[in-house]
Amino acid sequence: MLYIKCPHCGLRSQNEFAYGGDASVKRPELNKEISDQEWDEFVYLRKSPRGKHLELWHHVSGCRQWIKVLRDTSTHEIFNTYKSEEKVG
Amino acid sequence: MLQNYRLDKIGLVNREKQLSFKFNGKKYFGYEGDTLASALIANGVHLVGRSFKYHRPRGFFGAGVDEPYAIVQLYRNGETEPNVRATEQELFEGLEAKSVNCWPSVNFDIGAINNFLNIFLPAGFYYKTFMWPRSFWYRIYEPFIRKAAGFGVASKEHDKERYEHKYEYCDLLIAGSGPSGLASAYAAAKNGARVILAEDKPRFGGSLLTSDVSINNQSGKEWADNIITELKGMTNVTVKNRAQIFGYYDHNMLVMSERVTDHLPKSEEFTPKQRLWYIRAKQVVISSGSIERPIVFGNNDTPGVVLASAAKEYMKIYGVLVGKKPVVFTNNDSAYETAIEFKKNKINPIVLDSRQDSNSEIIKEAKSLGIDIKFSHVVVAAKGYKKVKSCDIAEISEDKQNLNQIKNIECDCICVSGFWTPTIHLASQSGGKTKFKEEIDAFVPDKSKQKEVTLGSANGVFTLEETLKTSFDKGFELSKSITNNNNSQQIPKVSEKKHSKHDKFWCVPLPKGKKYKRFLDFQNDVAVSDIELAIREGYRSIEHVKRYTTLGMATDQGKTSNLNGLQLVSNIENKVVPAVGHTTFRPPYTPISIGAIVGREIGKHSKPTRKSPMHNWHEKNNAVFVDAGVWLRPRYYKRGNEGLFEASKREAENVRKNVGVCDVTTLGKIDVKGPDAAEFLNRVYTNAWLKLPVGKARYGVMLREDGIVMDDGTTTRISENHYHMTTTTAQAANVLSHLEYYLQLVWPELDVNVVSTTEQWAGAAIAGPKSRDLLQKLFPDTDVSNEGLPFMGFVEANLFGVNARIFRISFSGELAYEVNVESDNGNFMWEKIIEIGKDFDLQPYGTEALSTLRIEMGHVAGSELDGRTIPYDTGLDGLVSKKKDFIGKRSLLKKAYNEKDRQRLVGVVPLDKKTSIPEGSHLVKDPKGKLPNPKLGHISASCWSVEHNNPFSLAILKDGKNMIGSKLYAMSPLKNKTIAVEIVSSHYVDPKGERVRS
Ligand SMILES: [Zn+2]
Repeated sequence: MLYIKCPHCGLRSQNEFAYGGDASVKRPELNKEISDQEWDEFVYLRKSPRGKHLELWHHVSGCRQWIKVLRDTSTHEIFNTYKSEEKVG
Repeated sequence: MLQNYRLDKIGLVNREKQLSFKFNGKKYFGYEGDTLASALIANGVHLVGRSFKYHRPRGFFGAGVDEPYAIVQLYRNGETEPNVRATEQELFEGLEAKSVNCWPSVNFDIGAINNFLNIFLPAGFYYKTFMWPRSFWYRIYEPFIRKAAGFGVASKEHDKERYEHKYEYCDLLIAGSGPSGLASAYAAAKNGARVILAEDKPRFGGSLLTSDVSINNQSGKEWADNIITELKGMTNVTVKNRAQIFGYYDHNMLVMSERVTDHLPKSEEFTPKQRLWYIRAKQVVISSGSIERPIVFGNNDTPGVVLASAAKEYMKIYGVLVGKKPVVFTNNDSAYETAIEFKKNKINPIVLDSRQDSNSEIIKEAKSLGIDIKFSHVVVAAKGYKKVKSCDIAEISEDKQNLNQIKNIECDCICVSGFWTPTIHLASQSGGKTKFKEEIDAFVPDKSKQKEVTLGSANGVFTLEETLKTSFDKGFELSKSITNNNNSQQIPKVSEKKHSKHDKFWCVPLPKGKKYKRFLDFQNDVAVSDIELAIREGYRSIEHVKRYTTLGMATDQGKTSNLNGLQLVSNIENKVVPAVGHTTFRPPYTPISIGAIVGREIGKHSKPTRKSPMHNWHEKNNAVFVDAGVWLRPRYYKRGNEGLFEASKREAENVRKNVGVCDVTTLGKIDVKGPDAAEFLNRVYTNAWLKLPVGKARYGVMLREDGIVMDDGTTTRISENHYHMTTTTAQAANVLSHLEYYLQLVWPELDVNVVSTTEQWAGAAIAGPKSRDLLQKLFPDTDVSNEGLPFMGFVEANLFGVNARIFRISFSGELAYEVNVESDNGNFMWEKIIEIGKDFDLQPYGTEALSTLRIEMGHVAGSELDGRTIPYDTGLDGLVSKKKDFIGKRSLLKKAYNEKDRQRLVGVVPLDKKTSIPEGSHLVKDPKGKLPNPKLGHISASCWSVEHNNPFSLAILKDGKNMIGSKLYAMSPLKNKTIAVEIVSSHYVDPKGERVRS
C-alpha cells in the first residue's frame, strides 16, 4: 500500500485516496471548436508509461482536495506531490 | 499412555500439565508447550500423511514453517481447518487432527498405486495427460484430480471465529527474535526508537534456544529471556510472539499475521482467533534466520528422514527423540551439535560426513565423546516403507562421482544436513536484488530497495559473534538516524565453537543399476529425474522448469527444495547457480487464512449501514427494508398477510387516489455556494441555469465527458449565491468528487464551493391529489396554493416551530411536495405528517411503490441511467441545450450517437395484460429465430401499473421512436419466459403532465 504525502494533510495511506489518472491531460476550453480527433484524445486516449508519471489523486477520505503525484509506475517511488494549482517542476 | 520417545529431564515443555489429543481417531498424550508434531513423535507416530502425487508415506521433516510433509486437517471447537502444519500447531487439550491426502486411510492408501505406476506421472504429467479428448475433462480428469489432490477440505460452515485488522506505525520493525533480532531490537529500543519485534514461533530466541553458546556467561536461552523481559517492560517496544511477518509491500508497509488463540482449545468471547497487522515502519530489520537444507539421496522422503537441526530442536525444546538409532548424515559441522545432543541423552549416533576429514573444535568434542564418525561416507538410500528401518551407506570418492562398496546399517532415523539457506523472502519481496554467496552456496540479499537491512544468518552470517556485533551496531545506527539519541549499548562477550568449512556436496549419485527416487521437493514429489526430464524436453528458464515440474509450487513454497533444484539445473546445464537464478519470492511466506485477510468485514460489517432519522418509526410500523447502496430503506409497510406485491400495489394506489408519504432522506444533497455558482451549474448540467430565479427548482441532467448520462436530480436556488443540489442515492459520492474535480482542476477561476449536506437534512415526499390539503394543515401560516407555491417552486416555512423547506417537485407524476427539515427534527416531521395525514387517508409508501409510480410515469432512474445511455436514449434530449457548452456536449456529436435508429426509451405492455415481464428480458422480433437471435432492446424496469391495473415495463429499444405500436417478444432465458408484447409510449400515466401542475 502506497504512502502518499498529501500537500495539505501530510503522509497518509493509499486507502484514503482515489486514483484520478493522468494529471497532464488538459480539458479543451469551453465553446472552442475542435476536431473529433482532438476531442477523442482528450476523452479516451491516455499514455501508460513505464517510469515517471504525473497523476491525480483525490484525498476522498481526508481533505477532499485533488492533488498531483509524481510517481514511478514500475517502482512506485513517489518523487514529489503538489497542490492542484502548484507548478510541477 | 506411554510417551516412549520422551526424554526425562530435557526440554522446555511443561511436564506438570499433561494434555490429551486425538490423531486419526486414536487418543494420545502430550504436554503443554508441545506442538502436534513433537507430541506425535513422543508417542512414536511417524506416519502422518501421504504425498501429493505418488501418495508415498509421509512423516516429519522439519520442526517449523519449512515443514513440507506433516500437513493435517485440524478440528477445534466445532470448526475444521485444512492445511495446518503439525510442526507449528501447538497442542491444546482436546485437539483433534486427521491425515489428509490419503484414502481410505493413511496406512492403506489407494492412491499409492501411483507410486508403482509412476511411468504415468513424469514431469509435466498434468500437461501431458489431461489434454484430450476434451470431453474427458469434466467427467474423468477433473474429478480424478480433485479427489486425488489437495491437502484437506475447507469447511462448508460459516466460520464463527473473529478475525481482526490493526494498523500500526513504528520506527523499527524487526522480523524474527533470534540473536540478530534481539540485539538490534535491544540497541534500538535503548536508544529511544519505537520498536515492534515479531516472532513467528511461540518462544522467543530463535537459534539461541538450541545452540551451545554463551553470551556474557549466560546460556543463549538465558540471555534471550533476559533481553525479552527487559524489552517487554519498555513502553516504546511492542513484542509479539506467534506473529509472522509474511509480506513486504510498497513504501515499507509490512503485514503480520498474529495467531492470537490458535494454540488454545477455543477463543474467548470478543477475542480474535487471528489478527492481521498492517505496519508502516520507518526502518525494517530482517532477522528471519536460515533454514537447513537436505542432502539428496535415494528414498530420502521415507518417514524418519529428518533435518538434523529439527532432530536437535525436538530434543532440546520438546525433550523428544526422533529415533533411538540415529544416523547423522552431513556435509558440515552444524549437524555435530545434533549428534552430541543424542550422545548426551545416552543415544549412540553414527555420523556420516561427506568431507574427507575435519578437525574443528566441535568434531574434536564429538570424537572425545566417543561418537562414531565415518568421513567420506554418504547415505545412498533409506530402506523401509512407512518408516526408516535401515540405510545403505557407502564410501564416496574424492570427486564425489563414485561410490565404493555398499553396506547396509540398521537405523530408525536419518538426520540430514546439507548446510544452511538464508531466509531471504522478505528482503526479496521488498524489491531488492539478491546475490549468490559462494562460501555458503546460497543467495543473500544484495542492495536493499526499500528502507530495510538484513542481519545474521538471513544475511549469510553464521557466527554468533559477528551477528551480535553487526546487529547491535545496526540497531543503534538506525535508531539514531530516527531519534537523534546517542545511547549505545555494550556488545556482549560471546563464546562459541568455531566451525570448519562445509562441503559443496548436495546430491548422492545413484549406484549402478539402482533407480531410487531422489526427491528435491517433498511436498510435490518432484524428483531429480523429473528435473532432468524437463531439461531434456527443452525447458531452460528456472521459472519454466518450476511450473512444468511443480518444483517449489506447493504450500511450503519450496523452503527446503529450491536451492537443491537450482543446483541440479546448474549442474545439468553446466552453469553456475547465480546464472540459473532463482524464482520470485512472493508473499505470503506461509499460507495465511482467508479469515485473517477478510478480517471483520463480513456480513453486515462489510460496509457501513446508514439509517434515516425516521428508521425507528419505520421499524415499529412493519416496514420491510431493502438495501439501497449503504442505506436501509423501507421497501413496503406490511399489513396483515400482505406480500411485497399486494402491499406495494396498495401503497401506490393510495398515492394516486389520496396521498402518501415516502422517506427520501437518502437522496444525495450538495450545497453549491458562491458568486459563480450559476455559471458552474450551467457548465455541469446539460440545460440552462443562468436564469433560474431565487425560490425556484429545476430538473437537471449531468453527463460525463464521453456524453453518457451520469446523474439527474433537481437543484433549487435557495438565495442569490446558494443552490441546493440533489443527486440520486447511488451517485451522491461520485457527483461530489466530479464537482470537486472541475472546481479544483479545470475551472479554478470559478468562485464556488461545494459540500455534501446529505446527512444534514431529513426528507419526506408527500404525493397524491390530497397532498396540498395536507400540506396546508401542516403549514397553516404558509401559502401553499397553486399560485403561492407553483410547480417547481420552493419556500421556507415553519412546521410547528421547526424550520422546514418545501419543494414542489414530483417523482410520482402526482401533485407532490418534498419537505426537508434538519435531520434531528426528521422524526418530529414524520410523525406530524402521519398524525395530520390521517384525515386525508395518508399511507406511508416504500421504494417498491415509489418505483411503480415513477415507472408508469416514464421517469428514468438508475436502471435506465446505467452508464451506457446518452440523453437521447432516455428521452432527456429536450433538456440538452443547443446554445451553451457543458461537460460532455462535444461527445454528443459522435456519429454513433446520431444514428437514425438510435435506441430510445419506450413503454412495454404484455398482450395478455397479465404476465409481468422480467427485468433484463431481451426484446426480439422472432422468438424462434436462429441463434444468436438479434436483440433489439432490453427491459430496464417493470411494475404493475396501478393506473391501468396491468403489467407495465420500460425498455431501451433500438429505433424506439418509430416502434410505438409494434408487436415484439420479451424473452428471458433466465426465467425461461417468452412474452408477446406491444410497444407503447413510456408515459403511461398523465402523458401531458397535468397532475403535477394542478
Ligand atoms: Zn489531504
